[in-house]
Amino acid sequence: MGSLRLVTIALLLGSPAFAQSATYGVGRATTAEELRNLDISIGPTGEELPPGRGTAKEGAQLFQRKGCVACHGKAGIGGGPAPALQSKKGQDVPIWERERILPLSAPFATTVWDYIHRAMPLGNEGTLTADEVYALTAYLLFVNKVIPEDEVLDKQSLPKVKMPIGDDYGRLPDWKPGTPRLQGYPY
Amino acid sequence: MDSKRTSRRELLKGGATLAGGLTLTSGAVAPALGQTHDHSMATGGSQNDYPMIPGSKELIEYGQRSRYVTSVRMAHPMGGRASPDAFGKVFHVASPLQDSVGVVTPSSLHYVATTRGSFMPDIDPKDHTLTIHGLVDRPLTFTMEDLKRLPSVTRLQFIECAGNRHNGRQKNVQESHGMTSCAEWTGVLLSTLLKECGLKGNATWFVAEGAEEVKGASSMPIAKAMDDCLIAYGMNGEAVRPQNGFPLRLMVPGFEGIFNTKYLRRIKIVDRYYMNYNDFGHLDRTPTEAALAFQIGPKSVITRPSGGQLLPGRGFYEISGLAWSGGGAIRTVEVSTDGGRTWNRAEIKATPQRMAHTRFGYPWTWDGNETEILSRCTDEIGQVQPTREQVAQYWNVPFDRDYRVPGLDNSVMPWRIARDGSVTNGLA
Repeated sequence: MGSLRLVTIALLLGSPAFAQSATYGVGRATTAEELRNLDISIGPTGEELPPGRGTAKEGAQLFQRKGCVACHGKAGIGGGPAPALQSKKGQDVPIWERERILPLSAPFATTVWDYIHRAMPLGNEGTLTADEVYALTAYLLFVNKVIPEDEVLDKQSLPKVKMPIGDDYGRLPDWKPGTPRLQGYPY
Repeated sequence: MDSKRTSRRELLKGGATLAGGLTLTSGAVAPALGQTHDHSMATGGSQNDYPMIPGSKELIEYGQRSRYVTSVRMAHPMGGRASPDAFGKVFHVASPLQDSVGVVTPSSLHYVATTRGSFMPDIDPKDHTLTIHGLVDRPLTFTMEDLKRLPSVTRLQFIECAGNRHNGRQKNVQESHGMTSCAEWTGVLLSTLLKECGLKGNATWFVAEGAEEVKGASSMPIAKAMDDCLIAYGMNGEAVRPQNGFPLRLMVPGFEGIFNTKYLRRIKIVDRYYMNYNDFGHLDRTPTEAALAFQIGPKSVITRPSGGQLLPGRGFYEISGLAWSGGGAIRTVEVSTDGGRTWNRAEIKATPQRMAHTRFGYPWTWDGNETEILSRCTDEIGQVQPTREQVAQYWNVPFDRDYRVPGLDNSVMPWRIARDGSVTNGLA
């Protein structure tokens, strides 16, 4: 482990000369086209978002047509086998005292887009078009009163949506090998 | 000759008793070792004591345990979300720790958890690849055969689900602690692959993603990737099983279970925390709570005797249990047989491995009186397993029966021994 740690430190220091050549030459270069299909990660900046647009009104129709209601209930109110997507508590209730609902409690609207796109609808994951994902995201943010009904979501506007949680959530510690789970905590 | 045969028979009987565990159902009486003698009128000789298990193609090809060994996993938690559920998905399945011996969990008994309950993909390894991209000099795609060409690492590693919390309602150690297991994993270090790709200087986090239908993805620090993450294709001497991530699983030693990404298909190197759906799943309000739900603390539990078992009478018993920590190897384990008033050093059964279950034993002669038995451990970086009272005291909050330890629950588990030898949950 000792030598591995040294390598780790060298790499973390970011010496570009060190990182330039492959040791084993195993594995093939991934093509740009492969990555376009494979890279479904949408980070908080939204830089990976595809072109497209959608509104809550379009999303409301899709929520019916794509069968979302069957599992998430009417307008996402719950009662089915899948989690509720609309909060039953009022906006006057502090966010950490409300239900944990993705399109309400997530720090970034991009997480909502990413999840619908990668994981919904059940059994037909990955079949929604970019426009449909923008529309469904807009609809679920609208029913939770995060955005107005007429807001158009696209690559530019989605990452700018102000989520109710704001900055009120904990960041993970700066992790290093061999450190306790929480500095100063004996357990 | 005769006495040799007798002792061999007793050994076989003893073996069967061990395999079945101390009696699990209350009311039944567990046979004690050496109490029954099988005095045959005949000389013994070549007499056959047991029916034969006929050989078969199946048994020759892939072995099976004895039909007398009936230890099985179960849906967890009791009364919680069903496995399988209405969709046929499996959510949480707990391992029968009460019957465990040594430190390796058989693959068929390894605990299973899926995020939100995903379907198990039926992946042909010939079609499976792992792609590493993002902040690297060279995005690379590896086939399973590529990965097996690279230098391999084999090691024991425990995994534990964040939902592995004990409370007073649980009847046995499978319910209270069964969402952890330990297996021997074989694969390629993630650092080996990242060096092949060439990390860029601004790489700080990575996102690992599975190939199952919901494409579960988690954000992890790049320092962890370079320290000890393993891309595993082997588990307990054979291919990783589908329930555990076939054909490829990312092993993240000591981190909460969900990070150990099954069906691994893609790793993206990024410059920030990506807040994927899995990350949202453990969003906490404060950095303290977030930290305590991230790396697993030092934890141990007595597996024998434990809840639901029965001590057949006073006398000698080796108390046996498991200890583990996300902070590294276990350094010491202590056992109390008087409800926590005095603690004594337990024997650690083999060299403790980093982030692996460690078996401990403690010799105990039960005097027949009611008592409570407990264990606690310390890991190599000095973190100590606390009682629930100690945690409450540390955070300066009032303690009561329903106190919930913040973050992952690594508190001490008491088992109560009654005068009749029955073992029950000490938190009840």
